[in-house]
Formats: sequence, C-alpha cells, structure tokens
Amino acid sequence: MAGVTDIYSLYSEDPESGDGAGSAGSSPTPDDDRRRRDNRGNRGRTGGRRDNAPRSIVRGVIGVAGELLITAGVLVFLFLGWQLWIQGIALNNAQTNDASGLSQQWNASPVGPAAPGSTDAAAPPADSSGASGASPVVMAAPAETKQFAVLYVPRFGADYKRTIAEGVDAKAVLNAGGAGHYEQSQMPGDMGNFAIAAHRDGWGSPFIKINELQIGDPIYVETQDGWYTYRYRDTEYVTPEGVDVLSAVPQVPDAAPTDRLITLTSCNPLYIASERIIAYGVLDSFTPRSAGAPAEIAGLTGKGA
Amino acid sequence: MYGALWRGLPGPVWLRILILVVAVAIVLFALSTWIFPLVDGLLTPSQPVTVDP
Repeated sequence: MAGVTDIYSLYSEDPESGDGAGSAGSSPTPDDDRRRRDNRGNRGRTGGRRDNAPRSIVRGVIGVAGELLITAGVLVFLFLGWQLWIQGIALNNAQTNDASGLSQQWNASPVGPAAPGSTDAAAPPADSSGASGASPVVMAAPAETKQFAVLYVPRFGADYKRTIAEGVDAKAVLNAGGAGHYEQSQMPGDMGNFAIAAHRDGWGSPFIKINELQIGDPIYVETQDGWYTYRYRDTEYVTPEGVDVLSAVPQVPDAAPTDRLITLTSCNPLYIASERIIAYGVLDSFTPRSAGAPAEIAGLTGKGA
Repeated sequence: MYGALWRGLPGPVWLRILILVVAVAIVLFALSTWIFPLVDGLLTPSQPVTVDP
C-alpha cells in the first residue's frame, strides 16, 4: 500500500510527497497516513502550484533524457538493419556494376594472345597439372586495391558476381562488398594457391553461403585473359591465426606446389566470427577470352545490374 | 520532448501526422545516405574475415 502510494507520488503534483518517499522503508503508521492526507488537504487549500517549478524541471529533464535514450536505442537498431540490409543492397548493386564494367572493358580491349606464363616469371615453363585444356595464362600481380578479377559462384546465387581486388584491407577493399586477394598468395590459374577473402555477414555478405558449397561446384574467376574454372573440393575450419591455409600447399608451408588451388576465406560462425571458414577448390580448366565465357555464366558476364 | 513536438505542430491531427511522417522519412533518408556510412567507416570491422598471423 505504502509502496504504491510512494511510486504514484513521483508523478503526482503533490509538492510534499517527498515525505512519503522518505518513509518508504518504514512501515506505514496511522500517523503517516494522516500526515499525507493533511498535506493533500493543504495543497487543496493553498493551491501549492508555485512550489512545483523545481520538481517539474527535474521531471522534464528525466523525461527528455529517457526519450533521448529510447531514440538512441532505436537509432542503433536502425543502423544494424541498415548495415545488414540496405547497405547490402547498395553494395551488391555497385558490385554487379563494377563486375560488368570490368568484363565489358576486357571484352572491348583484349590484352592479346599472351603466351602462357609470359607474364609470370615464377610459373614453371612446362606445366603438367591436373588442369585440362590449354595451360592457364597467369597475369602479373596488379596494383594494390585494383579490381583485377570477377568471381562467379552459381551456388551463391544464379546472378552472383563479385569483383576481386588486390589486398585484404577491410576499409580499402573488403568493405566494398567484394572479395580481396591475399597479396602473398598466387594469381588465378597459377601453380599454388589463389587465396581470397570476403565478408560473411554485413557489407553485402558476399560469402554468406560459403558453407553451402557442394563438392564439384564450379567457382569461376574471370580476369583480362579469360575464365578459370575451379571445382569446390573441401572445407576447413581454422582459428583466425591459421595463415597456413594461404600457403601454396595449404597447411604445408614449405612444400612445392603441385596443384592449382583457389582458397576462399571468411568468418565463422555466422554473425560471431570467432573462427575462419576455408573453402578450397581445384582448377578444372582455363578458357581463353577468345573462346568466350563458360556456358553456365555466359549470360551473366558483362551484364549490368 | 516528443510531447512538446506534437503540441508545437500546427493544424489538425491528420496534418500533424502527415508532417511527422514526412519528417521521419527525411530523417531516415539522411541517416542511411550520410550518417550511417560515416559511422560504418569509423567503426573498425567487427567481423574480420581474414586469417592473420
């Protein structure tokens, strides 16, 4: 009974209700009750309105502060929603446009029939790899943050395409919603490991479906020279320090490479990111630009958003 | 604060609601166009995706 009265008194116009709040701890006595009644009676008689000014200022300040806090909370949720949804739409549109622009540019001005390995001094002169068809052309490493390739993964979506830029700096490359190439790893088609990273959730969530890859799924990488078709092989989960997945032979840092791999890295678990999820693919074939895009992505290459 | 805003708006209830809807739309547009990208750039990526030594 007393508690109810005291809580109510915070909101009442009673200037003397502080007495009631002060006695909250003690048990109500008939005296207390009488005093309260008397006070109300006083207010009624004298109309103690003018004593309310400080108290209503306090109430006003608390009220405004509360509304500001609620507003701040709403803003945080709006930001989260924007980051996961609105920003993703904008980034994905930009990615599709960038990727299409690259393809169109390469189609319009082909780099010419470069001799295999001519742009890469590290490539062995005579390749005998598992890759069928022509020996893949390997481009030279591009300048930092330059978009140099387009990634197509039909398992991630029928119209999925993202740019691949040089470097994995979050602000300079990855937060644009595309993938980034680990500079210490090899280039597409090269003997060794072409390792890229992209966000799993947020910033367009380019690798959100990385855990849905199935063995044999194609992973296409388009560069100025043509299309590299990788086939998904397996997935590994490592700690954030597991840099050996980037080695030319993953997890065997000093071994000489015998395969042409692609490595996709992203964070895991979804929205938590305490681990890294690593998806490996093996080069299946190389299609020179003069031969045209592989059938599965032919309708997608160079198409605008 | 919001109570004062509501009392300060002119016109009948439907006009006040209309003004508020337009105001909220402007605020949301400004947030998503300028403020949120700015905040996003200031925040370090909370979900790093790379493997680092």
